[in-house]
Amino acid sequence: MTASNTKGLISVRDLGVTFGHGTNEVKAVRGVSFDVAQGESFGIVGESGSGKSTVLRAICGLAPTSAGTITFQGEALKAPRQPAFYRDVQMVFQDPYASLHPRHTIDKVLSEPLAIHGLDDPEGRVERALEDVGLGQGFRFRFPHQLSGGQRQRVAIARALILEPQVLLLDEPTSALDASIQAEVLNLLDALRHKRGLTYVLVSHDLAVVAHMCERLVVMQHGREVEELTRSALQHHEATQEYTRNLLVASEGFKAKGTST
Amino acid sequence: MSAGVSRRDWLLSEQPASRRQAKLGQAYRTWVQLRRNKLAMVGLGIVLVLVLAAIFADVIAPYDPLSGGDLRTARLLPPSWAHLMGTDDQARDIFSRIVHGSRLTLMVVAMVAVIATPIGLAVGTTAGYFGGWVDTVLMRITDIFLAFPRLILALAFVAALGPGIENAIIAIAITSWPPYARLARAETLTIRNADYIDAIRLQGAGSGRIIWGHVVPLCMSSVIVRVTLDMAGIILTAAGLGFLGLGAQPPQPEWGAMIASGRRFIIDFWWVATMPGIAIFVVSLGFNLLGDGLRDVLDPKAAQ
Repeated sequence: MTASNTKGLISVRDLGVTFGHGTNEVKAVRGVSFDVAQGESFGIVGESGSGKSTVLRAICGLAPTSAGTITFQGEALKAPRQPAFYRDVQMVFQDPYASLHPRHTIDKVLSEPLAIHGLDDPEGRVERALEDVGLGQGFRFRFPHQLSGGQRQRVAIARALILEPQVLLLDEPTSALDASIQAEVLNLLDALRHKRGLTYVLVSHDLAVVAHMCERLVVMQHGREVEELTRSALQHHEATQEYTRNLLVASEGFKAKGTST
Repeated sequence: MSAGVSRRDWLLSEQPASRRQAKLGQAYRTWVQLRRNKLAMVGLGIVLVLVLAAIFADVIAPYDPLSGGDLRTARLLPPSWAHLMGTDDQARDIFSRIVHGSRLTLMVVAMVAVIATPIGLAVGTTAGYFGGWVDTVLMRITDIFLAFPRLILALAFVAALGPGIENAIIAIAITSWPPYARLARAETLTIRNADYIDAIRLQGAGSGRIIWGHVVPLCMSSVIVRVTLDMAGIILTAAGLGFLGLGAQPPQPEWGAMIASGRRFIIDFWWVATMPGIAIFVVSLGFNLLGDGLRDVLDPKAAQ
């Protein structure tokens, strides 16, 4: 761990992401800043099109940064990212039906990153990775179409963890899953974080998920940052912005109807 | 494999125990699906007969394909039990020539597939994956090749390189890759922004690994289908070059060249030109039927 200060393992400053040129120009993200500390779980909340996923994609280099800087371990990230960066930062995608190659077995999916980075003992690592996410060895040589959505997402998590990264970027990891499976996957992610001391950046439109998973969060709307909150502030309804309060009311209303605990 | 488990169950296992079992199981499922299609099986049968005829040509053919019998008594005999398809103007047994000609046909088909498919795949996936100026340059080159009529371009190549079956193969291969490049590019464009490609990019994979290991396997099935369907056209082009005297040279028993030599007596001795024509027709049909069946199995989009 070479983080110079505990304050910012990842530090995003005035991030801007612009797609297209001229009249087709879309400013997906405008001036977003936040810090994620080592071992922390940080949430980004917003409605569809608020630019929350784009922030995540900008961190890992899938979206172009047009303004501002992203710092990881005290160093500004350059495009394209160095291979070493991917050993520290990995991502889990939203849709497990789209994030696994349809013609590759689970074994191939998990061994490929090991081959790319030339890690030793690939057999053992693949076996352990499957155990860690609660899938048995019976899944190893299956194809994705032989798995359910929840099992696929577990494979995706195993793939992200197999390089033993410090940071996991989670892009709505449960929104494509059934409600019962959602809880399973969230609990798995929580357990893995505590076991391995991982840092999470979680993107979700679901305040309940973020409140369950994250200690701090930022609320986004129309590509802008609305406000930053801690979990306790969220639970005590201490939001200062109108938009956040509306979001809270909306999620509470859903909760009252759905699960009365 | 334990004694109680049949081979079929082993292949269809939902929990394969090894890489090999997973691969074989997948191949077996495809085969079972293909087997349901009767016409594809007919096509596969024709192709298999062609392959067997090519391998065992020496055993099957009753006469020498190159040197004929007595020129005074055995020329242009009609089909009979002694000469199943009759004899030509050099007193050679046409059936023997067609059986030996299957070797040339198969060689043309195989060589063109081996040369043109990788070129098309490489150009198409590279253009599609990188986009931008790489795409522009590669696809404009492809367009130039596509703009020429195939036979005319093949003619030009043969004229430049000299007639002969090898040069005909090169000429056909050079003119047949552009459609595969187009197809592979179109497939790549739909694949390249998929999450699983982003995922492998995030694992730190280079462009070469992504294109070869992740994009090509997904383009493969539609390209295989297209190549199989094109086989008929390739055989016809080879026959056409042979007919024009620019492909296989006499006395090689190439089917197109045989039609050309039979053309002179087509009114009085119909079998000389007709028999190789039937052979070309049957083999082309076989590849087309097989290609249709493969498309239904390998390309679920087209089947719907």
